[in-house]
Amino acid sequence: MSDIILEMNHITKEFSGVKALDDVNLKVKRGEIHALCGENGAGKSTLMNVLSGVYTYGSYSGDIIYNGKACQFHSIKDSESKGIVIIHQELALSPYLSIAENIFIGNEVTSAKGVIDWTKTRQKAKEMLAKVGLENENINTPVNSLGVGKQQLIEIVKALAKKVDLLILDEPTAALNDEESKQLLEIMLQLKKQGITCIIISHKLSELSYVADSITVIRDGKTIETMNKETDEFTEDRIIKGMVGRELTNLYPARESNIGDVMVEVNNWNVYHPDDEHRQIIKNVSFQVRAGEIVGFAGLMGAGRTELAMSLFGKAYGQKITGEFKKKGEVLHLNNVREAIKNKIAYVSEDRKNFGLILIDDIKQNMTLAALREYFSKKGVVNKNEEIVTAKKFKKLINVKANSIEQTVGSLSGGNQQKVVLAKWMITEPDVLILDEPTRGIDVGAKYEIYCIINDLAKAGKAIIFISSEMPEIIGMCDRVYVLNEGKIAGELDKEDLSQEKIMKCIVTHNGKENN
Amino acid sequence: MEKKTINIDMKQYGMVIAMIAIFFIFNILSAGKNATPMNINNLIMQNSYVIILAVGMLLCVLTGNVDLGVGSVVALTGGICAIFVLDYGMPIPLAFLVVIIIGILTGMFAGFFIAALGIPPFIVTLATMLMGRGLTYVALKAQTKGPLPTSYTQIGAGYLPAISIGPKEAPIDLLSIIVAIVATLLIIFFELKSIKTKKKYGFDTIPMWQTVIKLIIIMAILWFFMVKLATYRGMPIVLVLITVLIGIYHFITSKTVAGRQVYALGGNAKAARLSGINTKKVFFWVYTNMGLLSAIAGIVLSARNASATPKAGDGFEMDAIAACYIGGAATAGGIGTIIGAVVGALIMGILNNGMSLIGWSTDIQKVVKGCVLLGAVTVDLVSKRKNN
Repeated sequence: MSDIILEMNHITKEFSGVKALDDVNLKVKRGEIHALCGENGAGKSTLMNVLSGVYTYGSYSGDIIYNGKACQFHSIKDSESKGIVIIHQELALSPYLSIAENIFIGNEVTSAKGVIDWTKTRQKAKEMLAKVGLENENINTPVNSLGVGKQQLIEIVKALAKKVDLLILDEPTAALNDEESKQLLEIMLQLKKQGITCIIISHKLSELSYVADSITVIRDGKTIETMNKETDEFTEDRIIKGMVGRELTNLYPARESNIGDVMVEVNNWNVYHPDDEHRQIIKNVSFQVRAGEIVGFAGLMGAGRTELAMSLFGKAYGQKITGEFKKKGEVLHLNNVREAIKNKIAYVSEDRKNFGLILIDDIKQNMTLAALREYFSKKGVVNKNEEIVTAKKFKKLINVKANSIEQTVGSLSGGNQQKVVLAKWMITEPDVLILDEPTRGIDVGAKYEIYCIINDLAKAGKAIIFISSEMPEIIGMCDRVYVLNEGKIAGELDKEDLSQEKIMKCIVTHNGKENN
Repeated sequence: MEKKTINIDMKQYGMVIAMIAIFFIFNILSAGKNATPMNINNLIMQNSYVIILAVGMLLCVLTGNVDLGVGSVVALTGGICAIFVLDYGMPIPLAFLVVIIIGILTGMFAGFFIAALGIPPFIVTLATMLMGRGLTYVALKAQTKGPLPTSYTQIGAGYLPAISIGPKEAPIDLLSIIVAIVATLLIIFFELKSIKTKKKYGFDTIPMWQTVIKLIIIMAILWFFMVKLATYRGMPIVLVLITVLIGIYHFITSKTVAGRQVYALGGNAKAARLSGINTKKVFFWVYTNMGLLSAIAGIVLSARNASATPKAGDGFEMDAIAACYIGGAATAGGIGTIIGAVVGALIMGILNNGMSLIGWSTDIQKVVKGCVLLGAVTVDLVSKRKNN
């Protein structure tokens, strides 16, 4: 056998006249971890869908040569039977079924005549779990009671149960925190030792340079270059340059801080879990944000940042909320989102598809939704013309790439969707903006544009609360950072003191104190 | 931009064109019987209550749900109204008012469980369907109550006073013609006004030929109906009622904040909530409103039949739901229009009426209606998928 497991030659795929892939070539060596990089919409996922048979043979042009043979896949089953398994970005687990049932879903361990052999299933599941370091999990637990990180690992186990030779992971760490990501990467390295070839798609460049043996960069449906660990040095600058086609001299736009009076003051804020009144999620949190200041909230996943933000936003999360919330020195009592909006507070959710946008509606209607009653109506009757004028203005102002304001937001790329969400809240003319992971899952170019928008908002004197799991982003953007850990403020760092090490140290020492 | 406007309009025209096509097919099959003035009049009278219910049901469908209880509420309110008038001698306007309040209360009952307690609407309205039907049988002691006095039946079977002109053997009602003229002028006025505002704001206007075609189709339908009515017995009172209701609900859904909130809730309830929309309140009012419209339909139905029976309104919920889906509403919610639902109801009405005229049995009629519903939704979804 040759040492090339997979060759994709001259792959071209069109969607109604638009070339999503244009003469793409990809060569993957047996037993390596091969990374695919590119901006959102560059064609990475399309390429993998061609490979796995989601786009059937004939709907694209070019050849796939796998294990030295030309392949024609007509469905995912075809590619799976050859040992190619893809794990999509959205997890494909059945939430109420147990771990063991999920691992063998569609691939059940059966005795004669299609009857499931549960004893064997459980036995095998246990063995498989050990491979990813989950031997202590109870195989009868329903998967929805596991965290996202563990669910991602279950997906991998599920793939391994199918006798995989080539494993494709589409943004496996997008929803994971640093620790979980690290664990996943270690498992990938272990799989490599067992002879499994991996293709990984990711936006997190530091991870790629850690695990990958080669990196292929795709831009606008074309292969730009393939780098090898032996011959090339993987630097972020080089990868980014390949992805965006230009040198990003600075990932974070410069900003002159012009900090004013205290805008937001929160004292002794306590929140309990909405379904469990004994579980305290936020414990005695106090903080301040000034006008024109960007204040970061760093912390691990589950630290309570989103919960804190949503509980402040008109009690959109939690119960038994106590504490004092002052804006411009005045105590606010917000009982619902409407009151929060009226008091000029905005919250941009971390999950734009589920909580931020109405995907079937157009750009215009999404942009004006939160401000409809206050700014676009008289006695409850909507002024559609004002709506159009405003939507057009904001589309231009923040550069939403779309044919028109009548385009449905579901058809936009992640970055443009995020811009629409930002516009929606900018239109409410808030004094305080809470941005929860405003750049999650969007490409480098769009990130930069969003940073610029945030800076402009700060310049205009708004108080900005910036929640992010990407530490470089927090460090690059914020004037001041609160580190949140297990629902408490673990520390406060000024711009001069900011570094990834300091934030981590803050969390670790706080954990230590808590445990003693 | 331009291309998109055309697509949207085509979809709306599509339903109307389908309706006209079905009408013509039955016109040929029934040798012109379905276009007689009397039959056009019947078409409106027979379908008035389904149209009233479809208008309310559309709001439920927009939230991504349905109300299964409307048929029972129609029977219950019609029955109670007949009892009040016949057994207790209540003045008719007062009886109508009381029954409408009862309808609103049944809607609030369902709305309370759905909005405040978060019980799935399917379950709640399945329960109100059973309860409503049972209560109707209890109230009417399983008997038909009638006949209702003429002043009662007017609302379902009466006409506006006619101003007859023309020859004695073939009189024409001047009132219907005047209404048609006024309506024509109003439609043209609003169209011109909308073009003017669009120009003022500097927006792209829809190509003139499209506007003209749209107006011609609307005018043709309007005048066809009104001339037919004028040569029969004039304007049915119920036509005035449904026109007013359609106008009000079209305005609410397309032009008000409240309407937009229903669409937003159906499109994505979580995002709507985080945009400051009180989703519970929206649910509550949508179902309360359905109760109100069910009561109106109940009064109209009992008036048309001149009696109330415990079996009245059986299966109306399904007709109303089908009308919404045929009219282009999405089962997942967030998509649909009042005009679409009305056209959907008319399509079903024309089918029913046409098949009866050519002598097909009600059994076959059900099969055909089922096919039309399935076909309409399939075509809609498949074409959408292709566009994506």
